[in-house]
Amino acid sequence: MNQPFYVSPEQVMKDRADYARKGIARGRALVAVQYSDGIVLVAENTSNTLRKISEIYDRIGFAGVGKYNEFDQLRRFGVRNADVKGYQYSRDDVEARSLANEYAQILGQTFTHEMKPLEVEILVAEVGFTQESDQLFHIMYDGTLVDEQGMSVLGGDAESIADRLADTWRKDDDLRSAVRGCVAALSGPDRTLGASDTEVAVLSRSNGRRCFRRLDDAEVVALLA
Amino acid sequence: MFGPDDDPGSSFVSLLRRVGIEPFGVESTTGVGAVNAPHGTTVLALRFEDGVVMAGDRRATMGHRISNREMEKVVPADRFSGVAIAGTAGPAMDMIKVFQLQLEHFEKLDGRPISLEGKANQLSQLVRANLPAAMQGLGVSPIFAGYDLLRRTGRLWDFDVTGGRYEERDFVAIGSGGGPASTVLKVGYRPGMSVEDAITLACRALHEAADVDAATGGADALRGIYPVVATITSDGWVRRADSDLAPRFEGFLTEQRAILGGGAS
Repeated sequence: MNQPFYVSPEQVMKDRADYARKGIARGRALVAVQYSDGIVLVAENTSNTLRKISEIYDRIGFAGVGKYNEFDQLRRFGVRNADVKGYQYSRDDVEARSLANEYAQILGQTFTHEMKPLEVEILVAEVGFTQESDQLFHIMYDGTLVDEQGMSVLGGDAESIADRLADTWRKDDDLRSAVRGCVAALSGPDRTLGASDTEVAVLSRSNGRRCFRRLDDAEVVALLA
Repeated sequence: MFGPDDDPGSSFVSLLRRVGIEPFGVESTTGVGAVNAPHGTTVLALRFEDGVVMAGDRRATMGHRISNREMEKVVPADRFSGVAIAGTAGPAMDMIKVFQLQLEHFEKLDGRPISLEGKANQLSQLVRANLPAAMQGLGVSPIFAGYDLLRRTGRLWDFDVTGGRYEERDFVAIGSGGGPASTVLKVGYRPGMSVEDAITLACRALHEAADVDAATGGADALRGIYPVVATITSDGWVRRADSDLAPRFEGFLTEQRAILGGGAS
């Protein structure tokens, strides 16, 4: 009988991380920033039906990059988790932090115990009643959970996008400048992205109980003009 | 997380059952008869040119006692629809809560809202699920109305306790004061009414119902409590302010004073 080759745990983890990173880098990136009235999320996405950004609960939004079926499954988990919690307790008891923790557990478990890690990076954003209480939780493929300040970039080429975004972004920007800054950062110096290449949504403090609102192409065109 | 083969789908009720929560507590208890719990009501809906008006009084009674003067028995189900409930207050409020969540849950999971007819169908299933409780005297019979974005018109339905779902053409009024309210609507209804006329008619129906039915509350100018009146159009659910309703009820009283005063002189 053949003995299996010994592979060190370090190597196993490194291989898995490389695998996940490669999968994520193939997809297009996504950014989220605070603006004067809440949080705006902008993704590069040519599909009009398969969404990367969506609503979880009254003040909570979700965004994912990487493999669609995997982050969509996580999105559904989030909606279910939030709705059941709000039903059992109160709508005020549903918050991004605990959901982000659950996501971190799921991704971490899958990374160490399953054959294949999830090839996704996700963002859980919660718009607060004041700008100081806005929250952005960035969760990596291996379950690493980062509480980000002001802006967050997910997906391939994140570093250069973040550099570009940091130059233009101000947290008291209005919606127009915030969206323009995000689109410019995503597209980079060598190309331009239009409304049909992007998916834009906001978590807005002035949108009533359900803060999440998707901007349609016409609105995005108007903002970018 | 659920695997592809045991996924509860987009239904919130299925999800609750899947995680071990039964949304309708009363399955079967022995003994048929009245449980003494707060009751309503007169609630109604009628169509007008741009959509529907829904209205309901605010009183809840328990036997001969007024248990609540400010109950809201007409509430938005989502942006383009509303639900009005007559029957036992406790299960009715629970049913509204589950129904609202059901619509929102579906919308979030599927990324689009249920059609208006689909929503009416969902409500009918919830009413049917409440049948064992109805057999104990805890019946709930709702009205569902909304703006159909596909057909560009207002539509309304009523239900019986078994979940039977009936689409009404123009108007409906239910509850203990539903009889007189229906008559007022029947006499005053005109196809293609303006929104202001429809609201006045709805208020008049509630006013007359409260006049003859002890379980229906009228406008309470003393405490500043007025019925819930809302319109649902292509712009969504809008509740009318009390300041908008008060002069109408005042007007009905003025009319009545003139008639009675005229008889005395």
